[in-house]
Amino acid sequence: MSAVEKVGSRGTAQSGDTVTDDFPIRVRRYGGLVRLNHWVTAVSLALLAISGMALFTPKLFFLTALFGGGQMTRMIHPWIGLVLVVSFFLLFVRFWRANLPTIADGVWLKKIIDVVSNRDETLPELGKYNAGQKFVFWSMSALIMVLVSTGVVIWDQYFSGFVSIELQRFAVLIHASVAVFAICVWIIHVYAAFWVKGTFGAMTKGVVTGGWAWRHHRLWLKQLVEQREAKDVASALPASADPSIPHSRSQA
Amino acid sequence: MDLTPNSFTLMRFTEWDNPETGHLEWLIRKDGCMHCADPGCLKACPSPGAIVQYSNGIVDFIHDNCIGCGYCIKGCPFNIPRISKVDHKAYKCTLCSDRVAVGQGPACQKACPTQAIVFGTKEEMKGWADFRIKDLKSRGFEHAGLYDPPGVGGTHVMYVLHHADRPSLYAGLPDNPSISAVVQVWKGVTKYLGMALMGASAVAGLVHYAVIGGNRVTEEDEENAERLRSRRVSGGEDARA
Repeated sequence: MSAVEKVGSRGTAQSGDTVTDDFPIRVRRYGGLVRLNHWVTAVSLALLAISGMALFTPKLFFLTALFGGGQMTRMIHPWIGLVLVVSFFLLFVRFWRANLPTIADGVWLKKIIDVVSNRDETLPELGKYNAGQKFVFWSMSALIMVLVSTGVVIWDQYFSGFVSIELQRFAVLIHASVAVFAICVWIIHVYAAFWVKGTFGAMTKGVVTGGWAWRHHRLWLKQLVEQREAKDVASALPASADPSIPHSRSQA
Repeated sequence: MDLTPNSFTLMRFTEWDNPETGHLEWLIRKDGCMHCADPGCLKACPSPGAIVQYSNGIVDFIHDNCIGCGYCIKGCPFNIPRISKVDHKAYKCTLCSDRVAVGQGPACQKACPTQAIVFGTKEEMKGWADFRIKDLKSRGFEHAGLYDPPGVGGTHVMYVLHHADRPSLYAGLPDNPSISAVVQVWKGVTKYLGMALMGASAVAGLVHYAVIGGNRVTEEDEENAERLRSRRVSGGEDARA
């Protein structure tokens, strides 16, 4: 049991993550509110990318038609940005701890060739997120921070009087460059979900199969199974919970 | 006093103590759009047709197409465009393009009683300037010259300056204006490299999927997961099966 205990103490499972009673086994990865939070983030990021690219080059200016014209696009883009910032911040608060780097991430990254070649059998066991997902999480966090701070500087309607034109020039250059990287990270994020079959269910229904969890996030699955067992045992023996059972909630 | 969305031009006035002559000089210039041959506003503008450059050199804002983003302000080396708080569109001197189109001079030139402002073709105006510069030089202004800055490809509003070697004496007229390097990078390499990077990301995904294909969960994975649960329940008995 010592290996299991180690998993439990360093696990990445989050409140609400559970294995279900279904057969075959399924795993609840995201609750309804988190999924809604992610959808708001996804939609606002997509709208920002489209409206931002429309203002990035005259060749894509026709995309402003989707927002009701150029004036509307110019007006609405920063407000969608604020929605994204708030929405992403909520995701950040929820997920940052599970995205802290681990030793296994280094091993995983060294085997990145195996990762992209679908040779999962050679990869280390991982918690809720792998290094690629953590890269998406942390790079998006940083890029959005830069985007919002430079975005405010070039929000002409409200802030043009507070910043010098020279600062605005730098801000617009950084905003555009960083947005390019954010869109690239977003493309990687969406592609990875499409490439790794069974992932979209986590976004839409919040549930993945046990096999998916075993294949991609085995430590996380083991932790959840162990938690579930502890809970079952604890509810069966409420008064005299066996202290040898790891992480029995009745002890807390 | 400054340019506003409603006032396209104004006089900027500097009192300058010339240390060489000991004279107090009144340096006056008429601020407003310089109608650059290489306009920074046009370079920065994202909206096709919102900023146009006519064959006569006039740079004009077409307000129906203006979206009020303020990019022209970042592009302009002379700090000229202003965004209206009323209709959120950019405004600046049009060089009275409507009057010029029907063969008239701009209103400022028409109104000026002393011919301090003259209007004509660029060649005519350069000839006129030469005459004025010779006159100034004959009166001791040895650095008199024409302000037609090459950094923006020359301008279609030009100044005859007594101190053409030091334009910034005239209320901060830029000595050697050009479109900011930051704007050049933004509207140049960033635009092309950015589109290429985003396209490459998408193509990389397509190629990866075509070559490697999807990462599918196997039956074995499902069985392993099930076994993990079964092993943990009541010493190996699968209570849920």
